Amino acid sequence: MSLRTNYPGKPERVYFFGTCLIDLLYPEAGLAGMQLIQREGVQVIFPQNQTCCGQPAWNSGYRNEARSVALTQMQCFQQEFPIVVPSGSCAGMLREHYPEMFSGTPQHSAALAFSSRVYELTEFLTQVLRVKLEDLGKPVKVALHVSCSARREMGVSGAHQALLQQLKNVELLEPERKEECCGFGGTFAVKHAEISAAMVEEKANALLATGAETLVSGDCGCLMNITGNLNHRKRDLPGCHIATFLWERTNAAEH
Amino acid sequence: MSNARSNILGRLHSGKKELFPTTEPTRIPLAHWDRQGRIDQFRRKMESVRAEVHVTPRTEWVNLLKRLVAEKQVANLLYAPDGPLGEALSQAWEAGASPLIARDGPLEQWKEELFFSVGGAITSTRWAIAETGTLVLWPTPAEPRSLSLVPPLHFAVLAEKDIYNTFAELVEKEQWQRGMPTNALLISGPSKTADIEQTLAYGVHGPVELIVIIIDDTGSAETAPIRSR
Amino acid sequence: MQQSIDFHHRVGSALHDPQIRSNFRQAMDGLMYKRQHSFPDADELLRLRLRSAEIRINALSRLPELLEQLETRCSENGIQVHWAETTEQANAIVLDIMNRHDAGMLIKGKSMVSEEMELNHYLEQHGVTCLESDLGEFIVQLAGEPPSHIVAPAIHKSRQQIARLFSEKFPEIPYSDDVDTLTRSAREILRRKFHAAPVGLSGVNFAVAETGTLCLVENEGNGRMCTTIPPVHIAVTGIEKVVEKLSDIPPLLSILPRSATGQHITTYFNMISSPRKPDERDGPQEVHLVLLDNGRSRIYQDEQLIATLRCIRCGACMNHCPVYARIGGHAYGSTIPGPIGSILEPQKAGLEQFGDLPTASTLCGACGAVCPVQIPIPNLLNRLRYERVRQDHTGATPGQGSQRNPWEARIWSSWRWMHANPWLYRLGTRVATGLRWLIPQRLGAWTRVRSAPRIAKKSLHTLARQKGFTHE
Repeated sequence: MSLRTNYPGKPERVYFFGTCLIDLLYPEAGLAGMQLIQREGVQVIFPQNQTCCGQPAWNSGYRNEARSVALTQMQCFQQEFPIVVPSGSCAGMLREHYPEMFSGTPQHSAALAFSSRVYELTEFLTQVLRVKLEDLGKPVKVALHVSCSARREMGVSGAHQALLQQLKNVELLEPERKEECCGFGGTFAVKHAEISAAMVEEKANALLATGAETLVSGDCGCLMNITGNLNHRKRDLPGCHIATFLWERTNAAEH
Repeated sequence: MSNARSNILGRLHSGKKELFPTTEPTRIPLAHWDRQGRIDQFRRKMESVRAEVHVTPRTEWVNLLKRLVAEKQVANLLYAPDGPLGEALSQAWEAGASPLIARDGPLEQWKEELFFSVGGAITSTRWAIAETGTLVLWPTPAEPRSLSLVPPLHFAVLAEKDIYNTFAELVEKEQWQRGMPTNALLISGPSKTADIEQTLAYGVHGPVELIVIIIDDTGSAETAPIRSR
Repeated sequence: MQQSIDFHHRVGSALHDPQIRSNFRQAMDGLMYKRQHSFPDADELLRLRLRSAEIRINALSRLPELLEQLETRCSENGIQVHWAETTEQANAIVLDIMNRHDAGMLIKGKSMVSEEMELNHYLEQHGVTCLESDLGEFIVQLAGEPPSHIVAPAIHKSRQQIARLFSEKFPEIPYSDDVDTLTRSAREILRRKFHAAPVGLSGVNFAVAETGTLCLVENEGNGRMCTTIPPVHIAVTGIEKVVEKLSDIPPLLSILPRSATGQHITTYFNMISSPRKPDERDGPQEVHLVLLDNGRSRIYQDEQLIATLRCIRCGACMNHCPVYARIGGHAYGSTIPGPIGSILEPQKAGLEQFGDLPTASTLCGACGAVCPVQIPIPNLLNRLRYERVRQDHTGATPGQGSQRNPWEARIWSSWRWMHANPWLYRLGTRVATGLRWLIPQRLGAWTRVRSAPRIAKKSLHTLARQKGFTHE
C-alpha cells in the first residue's frame, strides 16, 4: 500500500466511476459527487459502459470472474483523465488491487497506469480541487463513519473530516471506537451473518450514543448496513453519503 | 531423523527466493542521555514496574544494603562467596549477626534450601539499559543464574558507569556476537503476570521484589550519602 | 462441509455467551489502548515496523543457510539439535528424550508450537504428565481447554470463574477471587513442581544463527524456571523463527512486547546459548532444540504466502480484529486464532479443515495496519479465499479448491456475464428500477437485523445521461 502524497493541479476533465451500489441504491450520491466536481469548473465524464469494479468476486476468491469484469471497466476509462470514485472501498479496489489482479498477465502495465489515475472523491475534492465550501444549512449535529477502506487503504479519513469541518453550522461528533469496522464486508454479511449482526448493532449503538441527527459516510456499503440496522430497529438516525450531504448544504438551489 | 533434516533443507533450498532488495536497512534513531539522564531514565522505568532503585557512593553501598535487609526483615540472604561482591559482603556483618548464606557447590546441593527457605539473594550486574530500565546479567560460574530467579527478593548491585542508553548500543559496543555466555539475562523488574483479567500481579514465579543498588563512583552522590526514593 | 457447520456452531455459541462477549471486549479494548500509548511517535513506529519486516524478510530469504548455521553454532555450544518434518516426529523426539531420562513429568513454559504438536495429549497417552506453568496456560489446562489467545491464554475467563476452578481443583486452598491471592496460590503450587521436575520445555521467540542463541520473552519467570532448574531443557520451535544476527534482536525486542501488551520490555529476556558448562553451578546439563517444519517449508514455496512466516506471534492482529473481539479464540477451532491463525492454519492443516477461516473477516485491514512485521494479512486472506475455490490444482496449499460449491460458482459466473456486458448490465438495472416494487422485503440473513435496501427510481446511469454528463 502506498498512500499518495503528490497531487496534480486541477484538470479540465475527469472520469466518474459511480460504483454499482450507488448506481442502483444511492444514485443521488453519485449525482451529487459529479455536481460537486462540475461546480469547480471541471468537466465530468460518466462512461455509460461502466458496471462494477469487480470487488465482490475478487473478495470471494473468484478471480477469473473479477478479472473479466475489471477489464470491462479499464476499457471504458481509456483517456488520461483522473478517475474519481465516491467510495473508499471501490477506489481501493481500483487503485490497490487491480495491479495485483493483473500481475503476470499482458494487461499488468495497463492496470498499473489505470490505478495511478484513481482518486477517492473526498481526496480529489480536498487535495486536487482544493474546494472551499460555504455552508447554507441550519445547525446540525453529524456523526461521521469512515469506512475501513477509506481510513486504512486509501488514507482519506482526514479528507472526509476536513470537508465536513468547512461547514460552519455542522457540529461533528465522534462515535466510540470510530476506527472499528461496521461489519459489512460484502459477502461476509451473508456468509457470517451472525458475526456481522453483532458488529453492526454495536456500531449503530455507538453512532446513536453520539446524539447526532444525521449519519454521514463516504461508503454506501457501510451506509446500507448501518442505516438498514437502524431502520430495522426503528431508530431515528437517518444516514446519507458524504457527497449528498455536502451538495445539499452548499447548493443554493436547495435552500 | 537425518531424513527429516535433509528433506526440510532440500525443500527450502529448492523454494529459495530472492526476497530481499539490496537496499540500506531502515535506520532507527537511538535514544541517548547524559550520565545523570541515564540514571534518571533507568530509575523511572524500573520504578514504573514497582522495582526499587537506590543510588549510593561506593563506600556506602554495604551499609545501605544492611539497612534495607533490616527494613525488609530478610531472614537470610544468599550470595556467592567467590563472586565479585563476595569479599565486601563477607566482611559486612559481624559473625553471628549475619543473615548471609554462602553457597558454592552445584545447585543440586542447595536446591531444596533455595526453593523453600531462602529469603533473598544478591547478585552483581554486568550492565544496564537506561531506555527500558533493564538489568543485564551474564551469570558466571561463581555467581549462578538461579540467584536472580528463585528467591522472593532480588538485590542487584550495579555500577553507574555500566548503564548504556539502549540495548542496541550495548550489543554493538560490547560486541556480543564475539561470544555469548551460557545464559544472558535482561531483567526489567520483579516477576509479574496479567493473565487473570489483564490485572497486574507481581511475583508469580520469580522474585516478588527487585531492589537495585546503583554505585555512583563519580563522587556526585557523596554529598547525599543515600539517595533513596 | 461438517467443518463449516462446526465453525458456525462455535461462533453462534460464543456470540450468545455474554461472559465471553464482555471478557473479550474489555480485554481487547485494554490491549489496543496500551499498544497505542506505547508508540507515541508515529515515525518511530513506522521505522521500527520497516526494520523488523526487513529483518524477518532477510532471515526468510536465507532460511536454509541460517538454519544450517544455527545448527552448527548450537552443536558447537553443546545444544543437541533435532529436526522434525511433522508434529508426530517432533512428539516422538520429545518422548524419546523423556524416556532416556526415565522422566515421568514435563514442566512447560508457554509454547504455541507445543500446542500445535498437541504435545500434552501425546505425552499423556505415553504415561508422561505435562504441567503448564505459565499462569494463563496453567488455568486453561486445569479447565481442560485450549488457550483462547496466543499471548493471554485465559483471557476468556473471569476472575470468578478462575476462583471457582481453583477451589474445585485444590480444595485445600480457601476460595478467593482476589487476583493477588490467586496468583500467590499458583506460585506455591508450581514452585514444588519446578523444584521436582526432571525435564523442562519451552518455546523459542527468536533463534540467532550467528551465535546459536535461543531467545525467550516472558514476564512471569516460569520460562526461566523451565530452562534453568530441571536437569534437561527441551526447546521446541518452528523453523521460521531464526534470525541472522544478534544485532537483529534489539529492534525485534523493542517492537514485540509493545505490539503485544503495550509494555516497553518484558520482565525477562532470556538468551540461552549452551547447557551448563563443567565449572558452572546451575542450569540444565542437557539442552535440546527441536526444529519443526509441519508445512512451513511448503508455505515457503509461494512468493506471496511466504509472508505468513514473518510472524513473531505478538497477537496484535487478534487484539485489533473486530471479529476476534466478538467470537473469541476458541470459535476458530485452530491452535492459533484471529487473523494470523486464519491465514496460517489453513496453509498448515489444509483448507478442508480450516476453509471457513479466511472468509471470517470483513477485510477491514486493522490487522495489517498493526502488524509489527508488516504481513499484508488482508491480502493473504484474499489469496486464501482464491485458494479455497480455485480449480487449476497448481497451488501449494492443501485442500485447494475443496470449498468450491457449484451453486456459488454459478452465481459468480452469472455475475460475470451481467457485469462484463455493459448493455446487459444496463438492461438489468432498468428492469430492477422499473420493477423495484417487486423486490422482497425479506432477504435471508441480511434482513434478520436490517431492513431491505431500496432500489432507486432511476439508476445513476440514467440520471447521468439525463443531466447531460457525457459518456465520452
